[in-house]
Order: sequence, then structure tokens, then C-alpha cells
Amino acid sequence: MVTNITSFSRSGLSDWLMQRVSAVVMALYAVFLVAYLLFNPGLDYYAWSGLFAQTWMRIFSLLAFISLSAHAWVGLWTVTTDYIKPTNVRIGVQLFIILAIFAFLVWSIQILWGA
Amino acid sequence: MSNLQVSIYRYNPETDSAPYMQEFQVDTKGRDLMVLDVLHMMKEQDNGLAFRRSCREGVCGSDGMNMNGKNGLACITPLSDVIKGNKLTLRPLPGLPVIRDMVVDMGLFYKQYERIQPYLQNDEPAPAIERLQSPEDRDKLDGLYECILCACCSTSCPSFWWNPDKFVGPAGLLQSYRFLADSRDNATEQRLSELEDPFSVFRCRGIMNCVAVCPKGLNPTRAIGKIRDMLLADAT
Repeated sequence: MVTNITSFSRSGLSDWLMQRVSAVVMALYAVFLVAYLLFNPGLDYYAWSGLFAQTWMRIFSLLAFISLSAHAWVGLWTVTTDYIKPTNVRIGVQLFIILAIFAFLVWSIQILWGA
Repeated sequence: MSNLQVSIYRYNPETDSAPYMQEFQVDTKGRDLMVLDVLHMMKEQDNGLAFRRSCREGVCGSDGMNMNGKNGLACITPLSDVIKGNKLTLRPLPGLPVIRDMVVDMGLFYKQYERIQPYLQNDEPAPAIERLQSPEDRDKLDGLYECILCACCSTSCPSFWWNPDKFVGPAGLLQSYRFLADSRDNATEQRLSELEDPFSVFRCRGIMNCVAVCPKGLNPTRAIGKIRDMLLADAT
């Protein structure tokens, strides 16, 4: 058994399932947003802000952002283990990616529930 | 004009500081020869040229090589299948260490094959006759048992190039599924537990280079999908 401590869940099966499920969530979110923009051509700030003020939209958005975070972690971890062979460089890049994903996620929560 | 221009990878670690490409002119007399025949004609010109071959009919899997950019068995690949502009470029299987010229070290490939325990395991007492299998169960092994371990698939797989020590590779996984699918084998749980990490199976990104090159027309990607289904069914 090959073990890994920096992968998202340490299990290939779990990582794989997470990547597939998160892809579906992001696809639904993207389709919804594009459809919303197409059906609201004269969109102004108040309508856009009103959309994101609703609880279901905040839940849907947060779900999409968490999915994006998990998806990015699994995908970029795979890229680093494929292409970056020196261990210290690889761990450095992996930690940077994980920190960046965490920062973006917290920031997105702040945007969703702020102002 | 029946002179074929052949460019072939040469490397003798005892005398060469670096690999190089050597040019040959081979008179095919207009015939649509197999690539292996051309290699023999080149060896007549330069008998230092090293390559592996044995059965010369696509059964032993010794002469897997990269012909004009695509892996295959030289003995069953006609020139008309690979030639572009009367030029043939021959290189060893990609991603494995070269021992000399077209001969590669298959150690990593065999190590991964060994890891999936390619033999029937059954801890129930052996019956007086063979362990019987229904025709339906036997049918499940079709498309799996035919693999000749030529390594054309695994050495065309980027996931195997980057992590040959951790990713089992298409050939090993096809054989892994051959035993997972066998009704006479009851080590399924233990086999699956060896495969659920992020590398062994899941480094496959489904690009299907393995399917494109398999000289026996097998489908490792489908077998890998079946292993994933079994892992998922077992764990959820």
C-alpha cells in the first residue's frame, strides 16, 4: 500500500469520489449562474445583491466554493506529485496551495456573509 | 524506389557518452514487411545493433518498441501501418531505463506486476477435482487473460512515466482485475485493500493511451473502471 500524508483525504478512493461529486456541484452552480445572467439582461446591483442575500443562494454558493476547494486540492496535489520530484520543493508547493485554498475559502465566506 | 530511410536509437553505455540516432537505408524491394524484418535487415548491416525478439508472431511480447511515435510489437506491425513519407523512426519503449540500443530494463514493470499478486488465491480446501467455474464466470475473464505483458501500454502512459514506482500501470491493473473478476479467487477483499491509495489505481486519469496501443486489442481503461467500481461498492 502506498501512503500519502498531503493528499486531500489520504485515500485515493475518497479523493476520487470527492473530485467527481465536487465537479457535479460546480457544474450545477456554473449552469445556474449563466442561466441567471441570460434571463436577467438588465441586471443591476440591487437584484444581484438580493440574489446573494437569500439563504438558499448562500448555501448553494458556499457548497460550490467548498467543492472548488476540495477539487483544486485533489487536482493540484496530483499535479505536484507528477511533476515536482525534489521532496522539499514539492512539500513547499503543496503547503502553499493548501494555504491559498484555505485563504480563498475564508475570503469567499466573508464576501457571502459580509455587507 | 524501395529504399526505406530508418532512423534508430543507439546507446551503448560502455562506449557512448550519450544516446544518438543512427540512419540506415534498407532495401525492402517494395514489399510491405513487418518492422521486425526491417530490424533484421539492419542487423545484417550493423551486427552490433541490439533488440529483443523471440517468437516473431505477436505471442511472446519481446519486441515492444516505439515505431514512428507509437508503441507496438515490431513483429506484427506492417510497414504500411507506421510509415510516414518513406521514413521510419524506431525508439525503445519510453519511460524505462535503456540497457543498450532498443533493449530496456523492464524491472519496474515486473515489480508492479508482482505487486498485484498475479496468481489465484483461495483459502478453501481444494476439491478432489479442479475448482469448477460456470461458463458465465469464465466469460468474465475474456479480454483480461490474453495480455502478454509486452509493456506497450504501461510505457505509453504518462502516469506510469511520472510514478512507475507507485502507480501499478495499465498492464498490472488489467491483470489485477483478471484475478478480482475470477470466481475461483477469494482474496478479493485483501486485493482491493492494497489498491485504494491515491497512486496504485487512482493515478489513472483515463486518457486511454493504453487502449490505443495494445497489440492484442485489450482495454485496460475499462478494467481500471471496474476496479474503481469494486472499490466504491466495497467502501460505501
